[in-house]
Amino acid sequence: MGKSRSAYSIPGKQGKYDTHIIVVWVDNEAGVLARVVGLFSGRGYNIESLAVAEVDPKLNISRITIVTTGTPQVIEQIKLQLKKLVPVHKVADFKREDKKVIFKEMALFKVVGNSSKKEKALKACKKYNPVILDKTNKSYVIQITALRKEIDIMSKNLKKFGLISVSRTGAVAMTRGSEVFK
Amino acid sequence: MSKLYSGAEIVFKCLQDQDVEVIFGYPGGAVLPIYDELKNFKSIKHYLVRHEQGAGHAAEGYARSTGRPGVLLVTSGPGATNAVTALTDAYMDSVPLVCITGQVPTHLIGTDAFQECDTTGITRPCTKHNWLVKDVEDLSKTIHKAFEVATTGRPGPVLVDIPKDVQFQKTGYTKFTSQKKLNGKTHNNFSKKEIDELIKLMSKSSKPIFYTGGGVVNSGPRASELLRELVDLTGFPITSTLQGLGSFPGNDNQFLGMLGMHGSYEANNAMHDCDLMINIGARFDDRITGKIDEFSPNSKKVHIDIDPSSINKNVKVDLPIVGDVAEVIGSTIKTIKKVKPNFAKSNKQKISKWWEKIQKWRSVNSFNFINSSETIKPQYAIQRLYELTKNKDTYVTTEVGQHQMWAAQHYKFNKPNRWMTSGGLGTMGYGLPAAVGVQVAHPNKLVIDIAGEASVLMTMQEMSTAVQYSLPIKIFILNNEYMGMVRQWQELLHDKNYSESYTAALPDFVKLAEAYGCVGMRATKPEELDDKIIEMINTDRPVIFDCLVDKQENCFPMIPSGKPHNQMLLGPKDQKEKKITGKGKTLV
Repeated sequence: MGKSRSAYSIPGKQGKYDTHIIVVWVDNEAGVLARVVGLFSGRGYNIESLAVAEVDPKLNISRITIVTTGTPQVIEQIKLQLKKLVPVHKVADFKREDKKVIFKEMALFKVVGNSSKKEKALKACKKYNPVILDKTNKSYVIQITALRKEIDIMSKNLKKFGLISVSRTGAVAMTRGSEVFK
Repeated sequence: MSKLYSGAEIVFKCLQDQDVEVIFGYPGGAVLPIYDELKNFKSIKHYLVRHEQGAGHAAEGYARSTGRPGVLLVTSGPGATNAVTALTDAYMDSVPLVCITGQVPTHLIGTDAFQECDTTGITRPCTKHNWLVKDVEDLSKTIHKAFEVATTGRPGPVLVDIPKDVQFQKTGYTKFTSQKKLNGKTHNNFSKKEIDELIKLMSKSSKPIFYTGGGVVNSGPRASELLRELVDLTGFPITSTLQGLGSFPGNDNQFLGMLGMHGSYEANNAMHDCDLMINIGARFDDRITGKIDEFSPNSKKVHIDIDPSSINKNVKVDLPIVGDVAEVIGSTIKTIKKVKPNFAKSNKQKISKWWEKIQKWRSVNSFNFINSSETIKPQYAIQRLYELTKNKDTYVTTEVGQHQMWAAQHYKFNKPNRWMTSGGLGTMGYGLPAAVGVQVAHPNKLVIDIAGEASVLMTMQEMSTAVQYSLPIKIFILNNEYMGMVRQWQELLHDKNYSESYTAALPDFVKLAEAYGCVGMRATKPEELDDKIIEMINTDRPVIFDCLVDKQENCFPMIPSGKPHNQMLLGPKDQKEKKITGKGKTLV
């Protein structure tokens, strides 16, 4: 290793990356999403997917679900930094492998082709609660709900059945059982 | 029906309710309604600066020397963007600021109107929080909330953006009463168990050290008093970060001097070799830790901080205690006195070997330099400045660079809130406007900006402010015609390629002072330095003191980049000795 010519230290060892799902309850006010997302980009954290909507119109609370990757130290920082934001009420953190938590994403597939292709596409989706939202002689719009990985596979597999357009959401999460995160 | 007030009036009523006496600002189109009301609120004095960055730094100087929030008032667009450097500086160094900006009328927001900018968007990453007030009904609530956010927990800057039409709109005003509850954002929930654990670690340790930072100063004067008591009670050595200087007496025997990149040999070695590190209100900044992987490898680490996100950010610690420094230290002292009344005595024996080792490091005398009878050495200038001002309650600000480090090394502080320097952001041009703010807060005290000629030129225009308000600040410039720290790095790391670090055309600072209507002085020889400094101190007007110093001097000791604490580079005197013995430049 040559002599460092920087006024800053050289990077140390990197820890192992884990995927976490961070859920943030925030005041639904102007700019709040920018604050959360800006925190991630400003501090160099990753965002794999993002889902956000108001969940309590009376208390004006929105729920933001962020899928992110990072070392345990980075994940800890993300949570602590989020908690410092003024409009943030609480922050939950789940590991992707966590069995006690349900994760789901939704995808819309537009398939164009003859009826045999369309039916094959629909059949391929069978495992993921497919719903036909729109149909014409030439096309289907199929909605499925599944895990990220499964949707990744489906969007690849459906190509041969005439898939021409994919639209998908970020993940949303909820704990199993009767408990809620406090 | 209760009386109706305009948004502009409400701004001042809120400031009055928050006991604000001083604001720094600069008028412009989008804040004119607020400026129009200024005449009706006699208890608030406005200081007109010459640039909005100056308003921000002056507010910082005011805040850091008083412990109260600094307030600045600037216009939209360029007014707001000019304040961004000061806001970021305050954010990095945890200084409570409330910045009020004007904005174009609400119906013009988003139309690229004249002097419009996305102020809340631009300042989002450099404030604790900011607000765009679109309805006058929300105004007073927002301003009071702004003060609360700025001053609670870890302090920092906030910004309230008020469109011009909101400043005209009218509504009622209810008097503000401060609330005890703080929205769960303050963190003072350390437990008795953690304090017990800390004391257990302390009584087990044979090589302990206190590592204190700006959090002690921010916690208030009581925290400094308690820190002194704790250090006295335990007999432990103590070192401080740049920002923490003054919270413990600089001339006390238990004080090892500043630590970090340009810290003392004894402080850094003690940090490296200790078996217990108690961090009180510091944040393991990269200028402090050096190479993280080799940072204090054999120590248990305790971290006392009010900001939970500071814990384990850079360095993993064994015992985090989240809370206000004064509360934590107070509780620790109480418990020690109760549980181990003879702590100091029983502990003295245990750490005596440690102290012997520290004395050995101390004898290296790492802040030493080779003095000269020909040219003024910058370190000598600071030493003389200290000796001639130490009996006054002097407030010192600095710019950023070599002079800043020399000031930190050679000027000894005995009280908190006396040392204002830009540490986190490292803002050249901070010191002069900060001195303006300090002098405003302490009109009868001696306020000195220890400056470099390059830094001070960045905000020199604020001399005009000092003259306007008869603020007798002293700008003590260590003039070496170089951006000294840049030159030092180029010398050490870039083969002496002094790329653009020499200022080939500098103003005549004495004439410049006269042009501003203040007093200019110049010292060129060591023998005239004392007399000139005394003359400066005795001048009851703003002074620019042009102290021509050695152009080649470097700031030592230093931790070279990527090296741990115990591999410091010492000054030229030691380097020469080392060369003779053939041991090389670094001391391991």
